[in-house]
Amino acid sequence: MDDSRARDAHQAVDAVYRSESRRVFATLVRLLGDFDIAEEALHEAFRAALEQWPVEGVPANPRAWLVSAGRFKAIDGIRRNARFADVEDFESFAESIPAEEPGEREPIEDDRLRLIFTCCHPALAADAQVALTLREVCGLRTEEIAHAFLTPAPTLAQRIVRAKAKIKDAGIPYEVPGAAELGERLEGVLRVIYLVFNEGYSASSGDALTRSDLSLEAIRLGRLLVELLPEPEAVGLLALMLLQESRRAARASASGDVIVLEEQDRSLWNRELIEEGVARVEGALASRRFGPYSIQAAIAAVHAEAASPGETDWSEIVGLYDVLLRMDASPVIELNRAVAVGMRDGPAAGLALVDAILARGELSGYHLAHAARADLCRRLGQQEQARRSYEKALELARQEPERRFLRRRLAEVGA
Amino acid sequence: MKYLCLVYGEERALAGMDDRHCVAYDEQIRASGQCLASEALQPVATATTVRVRNGKLSVTDGPFAETKEILAGFYMIEARDLNEAIQVASRIPPAEVGCVEVRPIRPIRETVKANAAKAAAD
Repeated sequence: MDDSRARDAHQAVDAVYRSESRRVFATLVRLLGDFDIAEEALHEAFRAALEQWPVEGVPANPRAWLVSAGRFKAIDGIRRNARFADVEDFESFAESIPAEEPGEREPIEDDRLRLIFTCCHPALAADAQVALTLREVCGLRTEEIAHAFLTPAPTLAQRIVRAKAKIKDAGIPYEVPGAAELGERLEGVLRVIYLVFNEGYSASSGDALTRSDLSLEAIRLGRLLVELLPEPEAVGLLALMLLQESRRAARASASGDVIVLEEQDRSLWNRELIEEGVARVEGALASRRFGPYSIQAAIAAVHAEAASPGETDWSEIVGLYDVLLRMDASPVIELNRAVAVGMRDGPAAGLALVDAILARGELSGYHLAHAARADLCRRLGQQEQARRSYEKALELARQEPERRFLRRRLAEVGA
Repeated sequence: MKYLCLVYGEERALAGMDDRHCVAYDEQIRASGQCLASEALQPVATATTVRVRNGKLSVTDGPFAETKEILAGFYMIEARDLNEAIQVASRIPPAEVGCVEVRPIRPIRETVKANAAKAAAD
C-alpha cells in the first residue's frame, strides 16, 4: 500500500463522514431501534472504514457499506456485552434486526424524515426537541448546542438523555406520521426549526444580537425538510428564513446597534437569498395549501422587493396581515398590522389601533408594543407621549442592543 | 405495548358530560380489542387514602393530593406505540373538557423474572 492511496482513503472517509454520517445514523436507528446503540454503531462503522478502506479501497457504495458495518458491529457488541440471559434470547434479538436492503434510495431518505419527526415529537419537552434535533439530525456536538443556547453543557446533556429515555420507554415510534396526522406533526417540526432560526437571529438574552451559526443551521434543516417533504408550509418557512437572513448584514451596525428596517442600507441586503426566498414563497402561495409561515414570508418578500421604504406596498402588507389574522388571531400580529396601517394611512390611524390593542392589556408587558406606540407618537410630533412610551419600552426590553436603540430614540425625542 | 390512559378533569365539567356518550365510546373501544380494562370512578368525595407507616395503618378522608383536576376514570389499552395510544386517548370523550394522561406500563413482572433468570445463569 502506498502513502498516497492511504491518504486518499482517509480523505474519502472524512468526506463520507461529513456528507453521509447523519444518513447512516438515521438508518441505524431504524435497524437497531435505539439511539445510543446506533450512535455507538456509527462510530464503530467509521472506525472500521478508517482501518479497511486504505487497504481494500473505498467501496462502491460507501453508505451501504457503513450501514452494514454498523449493524454488524452492533450485533457483535451486544453479543460481547452478554446483555441477554441466554443464547436463545440473543439469537432472536439478532434475527429481529433487519438487514438493510442495499441500493434503495427511498428507505434511506425516509429514515432521515423518521429521525426528524421522532426528534420533534410533541410528547417530548420543547427544549428537548430542539436539542435532540440539533444533535441527532444536524450532528452538532452537545457542547456546541449548549454554547449556542447559553445553557450549561451538563444541563443540555441531561435534557438529551431524558428525551432519549422517553422515546424508548414511552414507545415513541420511529416513523413518518400518516396523512391524518401529518399536518399537525409537520407544524411541530416547523416550530422547532423556526425556534432554532430565531435563537440565532435575535438572541433571547445577552450581548450578541445574532448567533448566525444557529440561523444557518436552521436554514440547512429547512432545506433538508423541503427536499424530503416538499409541503407548502415547509417551503414557506424556508422562504421566510431566507428573506430574514438576507437582511443580516444590514440589521446591525458595526458596533452591534440595531438598525430598523426603514433605516437599513438596502444595498447590503443579500440579493441571492432574496431571489431564492421570493421564488420559494411564490411556489408556496401558488399551492393554495399555505399557512402562516408562507404569509409571513410573503410580507417579508414585499419588503425585500421595495427599493426604498417609501416604495413599499403597504396596502399589500396590510392585506397579508389580514389573511394572517384570520389564520391566527394573535395580538402580536394585530400590532404588526397596526404599524403597517400607520404606514399606509398615516401615523394617527396606526396610533388609534395600537392604543386600542394596548387598552386590552394583553400586550402591556411587551416592549415592542410600547416602542411601536412611541414611534407613531414621534412621527405625529407628540414628543411627551413618545418619551413616555420609549421609557416604558426600555423598562421592559432585555436585550442590550435593543436597549441601546431605545435609549438613542429617547435622546432624539429630547429626554 | 400497554398504556394506562388516566382521565382527569374538574369535577363539575366532567359531571356535565353525557354518560351515554362515554359508554358508547367504551363499547366501541372494547369491541376493537384494544381495551384491556376501563372504569369510571365515583366522585372524589368518596375517596379514602390509606397509608402504612412503621407498621401503623393510617386512614384519611379524601384524595392524597388536593388538586382541581381529579382522577375520574381510566382505560388500560394495548397500542402499537405512543402515536396509536395518543390517537386512542384523543377519542376518549372527557378529553374535550378535561385531559387524558397517557402512561406506558412498566413490565415489572417480566423485569423481575428476567433478572432472576439471569442471576440463576451466572
